Formats: sequence, C-alpha cells, structure tokens
Amino acid sequence: MVEELKIDNDQATKEMLEKNDYKYGFVTDVEQEIIPKGINEDVVRFISNKKNEPEWLLDFRLKAYRKWLTMEEPSWAKLNIEPIDYNGISYFAAPKEMPKSLDEIDPEIIDTYNKLGIPLEEQKQLEGIAIDVVFDSVSLVTTFKDKLAEVGIIFCSFSEAVIEHEELVKKYLGRVIPSGDNYFAALNAAAFTDGSFVYIPKGVKCPMELSTYFRINAEDTGQFERTLIIAEEGSSVSYLEGCTAPKRSTSQLHAACVELIAFDDATIKYSTIQNWYPGDKDGKGGIYNFVTKRGNCVGKNSRISWTQVETGSAITWKYPSCILTGDNSVGEFYSVALTNNRQQADTGTKMIHLGKNTRSTIVSKGISAGFGQNIYRGLVEISKNAQNARNYTVCDSILIGENCGAHTFPYIEVKNSSAQLEHEATTSKIGEDQIFYCQQRGMSEEDALSLIVNGFCKEVFKELPFEFAVEAERLLSVSLEGSVG
Amino acid sequence: MIEIVNLHAEVQGQKILNGLNLKINKGEVHSIMGPNGSGKSTLAAILAGKEDYDITDGDIIYKGESILDLAPDERAQQGIFLAFQYPIEIPGVSNAYFLREALNSINKARGNPVLKPVEFGKLAKQKIKMLKMDETLLKRSLNEGFSGGEKKRNEILQMAILEPLLSILDETDSGLDIDALQIVANGVNSLRNEETAFLVITHYQRLLDYIVPDFVHVLVKGKIVKSGDKSLALELESKGYSWLED
Repeated sequence: MVEELKIDNDQATKEMLEKNDYKYGFVTDVEQEIIPKGINEDVVRFISNKKNEPEWLLDFRLKAYRKWLTMEEPSWAKLNIEPIDYNGISYFAAPKEMPKSLDEIDPEIIDTYNKLGIPLEEQKQLEGIAIDVVFDSVSLVTTFKDKLAEVGIIFCSFSEAVIEHEELVKKYLGRVIPSGDNYFAALNAAAFTDGSFVYIPKGVKCPMELSTYFRINAEDTGQFERTLIIAEEGSSVSYLEGCTAPKRSTSQLHAACVELIAFDDATIKYSTIQNWYPGDKDGKGGIYNFVTKRGNCVGKNSRISWTQVETGSAITWKYPSCILTGDNSVGEFYSVALTNNRQQADTGTKMIHLGKNTRSTIVSKGISAGFGQNIYRGLVEISKNAQNARNYTVCDSILIGENCGAHTFPYIEVKNSSAQLEHEATTSKIGEDQIFYCQQRGMSEEDALSLIVNGFCKEVFKELPFEFAVEAERLLSVSLEGSVG
Repeated sequence: MIEIVNLHAEVQGQKILNGLNLKINKGEVHSIMGPNGSGKSTLAAILAGKEDYDITDGDIIYKGESILDLAPDERAQQGIFLAFQYPIEIPGVSNAYFLREALNSINKARGNPVLKPVEFGKLAKQKIKMLKMDETLLKRSLNEGFSGGEKKRNEILQMAILEPLLSILDETDSGLDIDALQIVANGVNSLRNEETAFLVITHYQRLLDYIVPDFVHVLVKGKIVKSGDKSLALELESKGYSWLED
C-alpha cells in the first residue's frame, strides 16, 4: 500500500478526482441473450429448459413459484425500500456465445475480469485459489476443476452439477432452505440460474481456497444465485465469494440462496466480500441484496463459520445462519457491515441450538456514515434438548457524522436452563479526539478515519483468508472516502 | 523556532488566552507553569492545531511562517509534536502499526522514503531500548488497557520515533511514579540537541529536576505574567501562585 503511494503526481491527482467513484461500475459490451421482463410459469420452464434440467428440478421450481405467489414481501426489516416491480426485471441474461473452454470466452469478458483483478487466462490464474466465474445468469468457467477432482472434490457451476452430479444435487437441494422458506428464497427456488456447487468427500481437506466471483452486467435483470456446499465426514473447506456490478441509475435485484451442510467433524468456512454497486450519493440506483444463507451442522463436532464484509448494495437483507443439530457442533458469525451515503443494511444471524454442548459466537461490527442506516438483527435460540449450549454475542456500532443511524435487535429464546449466553453491545461515535490524535502524529484526516475503522473491524478481518483481509481493509477505506470533512 | 505573538483565543465565547507572547529558539527548553484553568493545556492544543478554539487575535510563527491556517497533520509533518495529557485509545490498532503509519505519513510529506515494516521494526526496537521500555508495548493495541504511566511513556516513545523539532509536553509528569518520571525525563534529554526545542507544561517543580529548563514562565489568566530561569520554579513551589495573580 505504501509503495503505491510513491506514484507520480499526475497519477495522484487523477486518483483524487476519481475519488468516491465506484471502481467496478463499468459495463461490459457483449452480445447477450436476455429474456423479456417478467416472471410466470413459462419463464420458470424456460430457465429450466435452457439448463436441460431433469423433471424433478422443474417441479421443485414450479412448486416454489406457486408458493411464492401466495406469499407477501416481508415488511419487518427496518428498511425503507421503493416497491420492487417483480415483473419489471428480466430473469435470465447470458452471453450469446457460451464458451466451451477458456479460449472461447469473449475477450471483452476476459478484460472485464482482468479489471476486477481476476485473471482468467490459465497462465495468470491466481495461485492457490480456484474460482467459479458467474456472469449474470451463467457460470462461464471454473478454474482448477481437474486438479481438485484428483482428490475427489467437486467444484463446478450449479448448472453443471445438476447434469453431472444429479444424485447429489437431488439429495441435498432445499434441505437446509426449503423452497418456500421465505419470500425471497421462494423466488430464488423458482428462478435461480446459476451459482456454485461444492462437494468435499470424506476425510478430504480442500487443498486450496475455493471462490466464486459474481458479476451482474446486464441492465434491468435480477441475479438469482444458488450455491450448495456439502462437507462430508472429517472434511474441511474454505470458500469465498466476491460480488460487483456496474453503476446504473435504476436498482437491480440480487436474491441468492446458499445452503451449507457439514457432517461429523467437518468444517466449512464461508466468507463473503460483498461490493455490489451501492447507488450514488443521493441513493439513486444500487443493488437490492436479499439473501438467504443457512448452514446445517448436521454432524457431531462439525463447524460452520460465516464471515462477511458488506460494503456494497443499496439495500442489504441478509442473515447467514447456523442450525446446530449435531452434538458439540459450533456456529460462528463474523460480520462487518458498512453503510455510507443512503445505504441501508438490515443484517445479522440466527444461531439455532438443537444438539448438546453446541456453541455459537457472533461478532458484529456496524459502521454508519453519511445518511447510512445499519441494523443488526440476530436470533439465538436454545431448544429444549440443547443441554449446555453456549452463545457469546458482541455487537458494536460506530457512527461517523450526525445523520446516520445504528440499531440493534437481538432476539433470544432459551428453552433449556443449562444454557449460558453472553451479550455485549456498544455504540460509539468516532471520536474527534481519536482523529485529532492521529492527525497530530502526521496522518491525514481520511487516513486517520480509515485506521480507526479498520482497528474497529480487526476481530472480523482476522477471520478472513489472508489475501482477502488485505482486500477488505482497502475496500473499507475506499467506501469511507468522502465521509469526513 | 517558534514565536507566539499577542495570542488571543476563546472557546464558545469564553476568553482563555489574552495576549500571550512567547519566543522559543532552537536548542532551548522552556517550561510553562501556572494554576489550574490558566490556559496551559489550551495553549498546547492550539499549537498543535486543534479546531475547537477561535483565534481572535495574534499569530503563531513557526520557522518563519504563520501556521494558523495549517491543519494538525500539516503541523505534525513540519515537526511539531504534542505529548498528550490524556493519550487517546484506538482499539484494534497496534502501537507499532500506528507509529509506522504516522512516521511514513511524515516521511511522505517531506519527500523522504517510507520505511518497510522490517526497517521500522529495527528502528522501533532501538528506540525502545534507548528509553529502557518494554518491547511488548509495540504489539499492544494503541493505549488500550495501558496504565496511566504506560500511556505517558508511550507518548515519549512516539516522540523518540517521530523525532520532532518542537515537542510540547502537556503535563506528561502527572500521575507518574518516580521511576516512570525518570524514564520520561531521560527520553526528553536524549532528544535534546541544538536543533530541537521543548515546551514543558507542568504543575510540579519535580519534573524540572530531571528536565532542566532554560526558561520558566508563569501563565495566569491566559497571559505570561512572569519569566525567569529554573530558580523561578523553586520559588513558585515555596510561594504558590497567588502572589502573581493580581
């Protein structure tokens, strides 16, 4: 970071002028197939047909669609949202020419990913990180697939898994998040297009980071991502997703479902760096991010850990949760959510303790600046049979400026008296004293703010894979630009 | 090095400094003493550029130019350092990281090369050793959970690493036991040379046994009412301030 700053003045001036600009807001000019706007059974059938899906999956979709029609958009979140016109968006967009191999990918798209810092060409691929690349409604390529297959790991797009590993998908899809779980999950089950599929066989420790890079490109489309990760007995995997989208003046919908299943002694670590376009200063445009993420620690001694850094999106509605079914299983949730300008985030987790000696940890760090609104909403439920369950929750909020807000809604339900729960919560304003102290030591006001906020998030960042922790710090600094002075 | 000319300052309409004059040359150590509420800490904060005060008249000339329009970071980059009376805690930021960021900000502003973590580590260890402090100080979160004495010593460590030209010590001795006081004084004395200057604000003559000032000034109601050499501090200790307050 320090090295970069030795660049010449022209570059520095240019960067100053570009300040506050969302770096990933460009559009890729590529010929796309986009179906007409609107959702109905024909659209559901179209998507299913497009992907050559088996009958049972079409039924799964249709059942979800019919359920969705009977449901109402949830209104309990503390979010102020313009009504969403579900028939005003297109549910499928894909490059016209689908590549069969890396060499066939449109150079425009290769260039896009280069700009995003994700080289796709074989010789430039990031070492030690396998990537599934999802562009609008389709996965374009998955790197290191063959290498992973050597140890029995399946890492591919969801669409491919449906064809190549149908039995596994059929066995686990919808097991953690039933198709009618909630309004957005039902819409996703009806209209999902692509995402990643991960299967780690018994006893295998995944030798590299797996990740998926989601990119929304087409206008007026929704992205309905579906991801399923299964970790068999004694296996472990670390998975990371990243998200960006072009700058557009109208809002776009991203409604994802992610299901995780961990068997005996298995560990799944799931990290998110969410940097969807957040809208402009006045709240125009930006992604509506409505996501259902849930993991089931089915096996004893299993562990599921969610780490999220949420800096993008106009609206975030997201509660990555753990169902702690197996005895001695562990659920963790580490979150940094930053809202600047007009961004709103209602996010948190649910820890459902079913098994004995189950433990959960929640660390939530909310940062509000500008007119941002940041809400932590969490549920810790200890069921009747969850003997000796433990939960530890820390919920800290930091406010920058006079016009933002932070709110905390912790729900606790305890039905077993042996449970031990601890809850700590703080809200503080970034102290002028802290900033003055840093400035007195020679740092600029913005560097000072970034330093203080990164310190505030330390507990969460240390949970991220190293390369991404650095990225997260940088992202936080960029997202804070313009919030002082 | 610095000349404060007829400085008038107020906060929320309340006058705190009333025409303060003070000139400090390179190589000098000045001490300011005075009763509570006389404006000592305000003077320190104003020199460092804190924005809470209105300067209604006068000027501060540093190295030949007025610094009234400079932000606190710009003043720091030009070599002004304030050892805080109440050092601030910044959770999650290690002392070493903070100091490296600070030093490199100053280096950048002066067009000097920035230090890599390894280079900084060497420098920091050398200064820690010189000040006879504990190396673990560097790894801990900045001032978080530090005892009062540790915080004050840490201010001196920062000063030693940043090597300012003008150091202002705002009651650095308050709350220190005699051992800590010696460490602080040794730190200051080791940085004392022909190019640097110090402004030591204190309530107690005791500190001045260890950091021997060239000049002692008495600040009363926002004005320097008497100046002298070290013997003035001793006189104040026996007579108090009341004889100067009218």
